Amino acid sequence: MSVTVRIPTPLRKLTGGADEVQVEAATIAEMIDQLEAAHAGLKARLCDENGEIRRFVNVYVNDEDVRFLDGSETKLKDGDEVSIVPAIAGGS
Amino acid sequence: MSIVRALKCRECGQEYAIEPNHVCEFCFGPLEIVYDYDQLEGVFTRELVESRPHTMWRYKELLPLDGDPTVGVQNGFTPLIRARNLEKVLGVSELYIKNDSVCHPTLSFKDRVVSVALSKAVEFGFKTVACASTGNLAGSVAANAAAAGLESYVFIPHDLEQGKVLGAGIFGTSIVGIDGAYDDVNRLCSEVAGKYGWAFVNVNVRPFYAEGSKTYGYEIMEQLGWRAPKHVVVPMASGSLCTKIDKAIKEFIRLGLVEDQETAIYGAQATGCSPISQAVKQGSDLIKPVQADTIAKSLAIGNPADGYYASRVIRDSGGWAEDVSDEEVVDAIKLLAETEGIFTETAGGVTLGVTRKLIEQGRIPRDESIVVCITGNGLKTQEAVADAIARPRVIRPSIHDFDAMMAEERPAAAADA
Repeated sequence: MSVTVRIPTPLRKLTGGADEVQVEAATIAEMIDQLEAAHAGLKARLCDENGEIRRFVNVYVNDEDVRFLDGSETKLKDGDEVSIVPAIAGGS
Repeated sequence: MSIVRALKCRECGQEYAIEPNHVCEFCFGPLEIVYDYDQLEGVFTRELVESRPHTMWRYKELLPLDGDPTVGVQNGFTPLIRARNLEKVLGVSELYIKNDSVCHPTLSFKDRVVSVALSKAVEFGFKTVACASTGNLAGSVAANAAAAGLESYVFIPHDLEQGKVLGAGIFGTSIVGIDGAYDDVNRLCSEVAGKYGWAFVNVNVRPFYAEGSKTYGYEIMEQLGWRAPKHVVVPMASGSLCTKIDKAIKEFIRLGLVEDQETAIYGAQATGCSPISQAVKQGSDLIKPVQADTIAKSLAIGNPADGYYASRVIRDSGGWAEDVSDEEVVDAIKLLAETEGIFTETAGGVTLGVTRKLIEQGRIPRDESIVVCITGNGLKTQEAVADAIARPRVIRPSIHDFDAMMAEERPAAAADA
């Protein structure tokens, strides 16, 4: 499956400035491994030491938060758009 | 003397220098102030605190300033009231109201966090301060900034209560109403904060701001005679206050100022915006964002920044969370007013409504000390209760008319007269 991954500004240093990256992956976990293979260092920013997606990193597949799908096991299909968005800290 | 050690990421533990910064650049977790408590050993005593003026700054060593405060020097130290009438109604033996509906100068607990945030902003050299607000914070930033000679911008959802809009505008601040919910306001403010170089109290100086809430907890313990309560019921919007009351109690225990009572912390939300209480009740750590729909607008944060940490504090302390309907909120506002003579805003109605529910459920035992956190003033949210209270009955200025009215409404009193 070829999916488009949108990279947020703070992580673009690791993608050579690219704001979108194409990867071949069938699940979110695979997508993260593919991202790591192409851009070393990305996985540590997205996942904790147990490989779980970090609490303040939001991953959306076509605008759905993967936490409310199947987490890192969420399946991907051709043409899906995945967005990585740091949580907005703040608020009263 | 400052015992502040660093800003530390709550998630990955990375430490940062003391700067206007709130997000870990590595893992995007929130930053929190950490202290070197050992320096206060034997220095920060009950006697020292008691020798100081009755303001929130009597605990200044535990707040993240380098020097003395420059903004909100008089703020805090509100009454803790033994609510004996309410005890009878609720069937409990020891109940207190911590009454920040009379906090100086803008009648909500936000005056605590704002005075810390703005004093820190002055230390950092900012000239302009700002906030994203559900109402109380806007008024507090505007007032405290005016008194400190700082320029201010406050961003609010467009549909707030008139009392809150007016209660900010009067101070000559620049109010920006956003066509959206609080969560939209918050998102915009993180962008504005990055671009304009202002001190946004709850964005880029949030770690400092949030520490101000601890003074609410310190005061409860000091006013209970240097004793931690067994149960505290706290209103939740972002969830921050829950976590800071817990931190305050742990700090006082750490410093030997109170004994550990294993205080249980309970979170209160309105059912129309209850992402944290739903997570607690479902035994989950996942806070599912919601679209808020409640009269408790000051608590209407659908995507609460500290929801995860609040749910942890609640569970780890042995507390619980509940939520109440808008109708129960209004009933509880009236109950507090009619029993204790305190007029609280909708958030206070949420807190007392939830307290009542938790007592009825048996979650809070009837024979142990309970503190209810009342954090805002009812004069700012009059719309919420306007239809639920008696209107004056109009008569002519004549004793005959009055006698007739009494005979009709209170025949016993009329007969005695």
